[in-house]
Amino acid sequence: MTLFYLTLKSLRQRKAGVALTVFTVALSVFLLLGVERIRTDARQNFASTVSGTDLLVGARSGPVTLLLYAIFHIGEATNNITWKSYQDIRAMPEVAWTVPLSLGDSHRGFRVTGTSTDFFSHYRYGRGNALAFARGAPFADLYDAVIGSEVARQLHYRVGDRIVLSHGLGGPNLASHADKPFHISGVLAPTGTPVDATIAVSLEAIEAIHIDWHAGIRLPGMEASADQARHRDLTPKAITATLVGLRSRLSAFAVQRAIDDYPEEPLLAVLPGVALGELWHLVGAAESALRVVSGMVLLVGMAGMLTALLGMLGERRREMAVLRAVGASPLSVFALLVMESTLLTMAGILAGVILLDVATWLAHDYLLSTAGLLIDAAPARGEWLLLLIVIALGSLAGCIPGWVAYRRSLADGLQVRL
Amino acid sequence: MMMRGVLPLISARSVAHAWPGSDAVITLDDFELAPAQRLFLHGPSGCGKSTVLGLLSGVLATQMGDVRILGTSLATLRSRARDRFRAHHIGYIFQQFNLLPFLTPVENVLLGCAWSAERSRRAGATRSLMTAEATRLLRALGLGEAIWTRARTGELSVGQQQRVAAARALIGGPELLLADEPTSALDTSSRDAFLRLLLEECERHGTGVVFVSHDLALAAHFEHSLALGRAAPGMWES
Repeated sequence: MTLFYLTLKSLRQRKAGVALTVFTVALSVFLLLGVERIRTDARQNFASTVSGTDLLVGARSGPVTLLLYAIFHIGEATNNITWKSYQDIRAMPEVAWTVPLSLGDSHRGFRVTGTSTDFFSHYRYGRGNALAFARGAPFADLYDAVIGSEVARQLHYRVGDRIVLSHGLGGPNLASHADKPFHISGVLAPTGTPVDATIAVSLEAIEAIHIDWHAGIRLPGMEASADQARHRDLTPKAITATLVGLRSRLSAFAVQRAIDDYPEEPLLAVLPGVALGELWHLVGAAESALRVVSGMVLLVGMAGMLTALLGMLGERRREMAVLRAVGASPLSVFALLVMESTLLTMAGILAGVILLDVATWLAHDYLLSTAGLLIDAAPARGEWLLLLIVIALGSLAGCIPGWVAYRRSLADGLQVRL
Repeated sequence: MMMRGVLPLISARSVAHAWPGSDAVITLDDFELAPAQRLFLHGPSGCGKSTVLGLLSGVLATQMGDVRILGTSLATLRSRARDRFRAHHIGYIFQQFNLLPFLTPVENVLLGCAWSAERSRRAGATRSLMTAEATRLLRALGLGEAIWTRARTGELSVGQQQRVAAARALIGGPELLLADEPTSALDTSSRDAFLRLLLEECERHGTGVVFVSHDLALAAHFEHSLALGRAAPGMWES
């Protein structure tokens, strides 16, 4: 009759208590790993806001500035890239594809991006996920617009709705492009990136709505109607930035240098991953906050777990006394208690991990669409260490009553005064 | 050879024990029991019967004097060794039985030799032989097979649990059986029947018995009888 057998038998005797204890441990593990996963995934999400792009090119400023206005739509571009420069970059032999970005207009607080349909095929986020359409299709007509999931959710837009863009990015005197309304041709699926809060139109559309504008004001007497604009030359004169994909990643530094040294205009090419890393340092306080939360969850979760385990083991004092009385050594009794708490902890961990996976699976879409958080089912890197800590603490919890049983004299066992 | 034959099962010399905070002293002065002999210890409640059993089993450390079981002085053994010695040589029937309610009766009986290789060997050494011995003991003590295959120990009646506890103390044929008022929960007729079966089993294995009870009517079953209390020769409390 092994100690293990005795433990199992004894546990079976106390099904309700065991279930409750395992559940408490599972909940602690669930919280602990959940917060940890959200923390690492938030970082991961951020770091892979643009993942398939090798270079991001804009007018010369700083890498973080460029990243902020071109990708995160925070702040404004200091300068533009001329159309010729863009064509030159496009023509470089190492360049596989480019996606132009033309910013400066907005719609009810959401930024408008002028781009090409290549945007939908080349933009990547997360672990190389492509953009997907929840409904509709990319823009085909000049006055078609594709909206991000957040825009659709907040403004209750659907495919076919008419929207009017505004000139500029906000402020009280927003002039509208009311003469050239757009039709929504598609709604993108949620991505957890700034794309969700973007309205994408073609570069030509940006050109068309500004055809009778100059230096930020509409020129009186030069008005062109929506239909008239269709027949004008809509080649853009400038864009804000461009995403560049290379044939080989190995040429990234060479191309970067070539663009930085471009003689006709001061340009800046950055590796998005590097710039994102720099930017994360700036917003890293959020991660520190999550880390603190994670630590507190660990503390509370472990305290709850220890309480449950200790309560459970307290019930076994009589049993321990009996075993001591029939000849079990104090060490056997100690081992029995530690084994039980370790078993309970491991069962709790298993249940907690399953609970977390199920919850992740169920909440995946909801979190993505409401919180813009892309939660990965894959375990975070630090998880094994955390689980090890949990097991160690669980075993340690068994040591406390184990030690009490070890110390208690056999006389108590023979009299069993419990 | 001869020395081994005459080695007493128990010998106690000028043993005294006092509980802290009490001026009552329990003494065992020059007390001896030969192997396979049966001793009946009786006295009123609170006269220190359980304390004597504690001293004889080495559960209580002697404050004065020396208790030897089979020639081994308990006082000289370290606590681990004393635990092992007790598991090997002494079976103990508790007043409250101390069975594990979630095990089957047979498993409870097997607990008696779970921590002693020596008693395991004497009970048959292999799992199946030990189970057969446990089964035989239960049957010999009057517990029918129908009862212990059906139920967990916790579901048995008091009298049935008592038989399981006795079988646990006897498995593996320990040299000494200490019994602490094991019949107090039984009525007169089943008490005598149980005692007869218990002593038969002891005889079979050559197990010496120290049986503690306040019930003097049981004394007839034993070869020796000793009264604890003021008037007892060699034992008194003050």
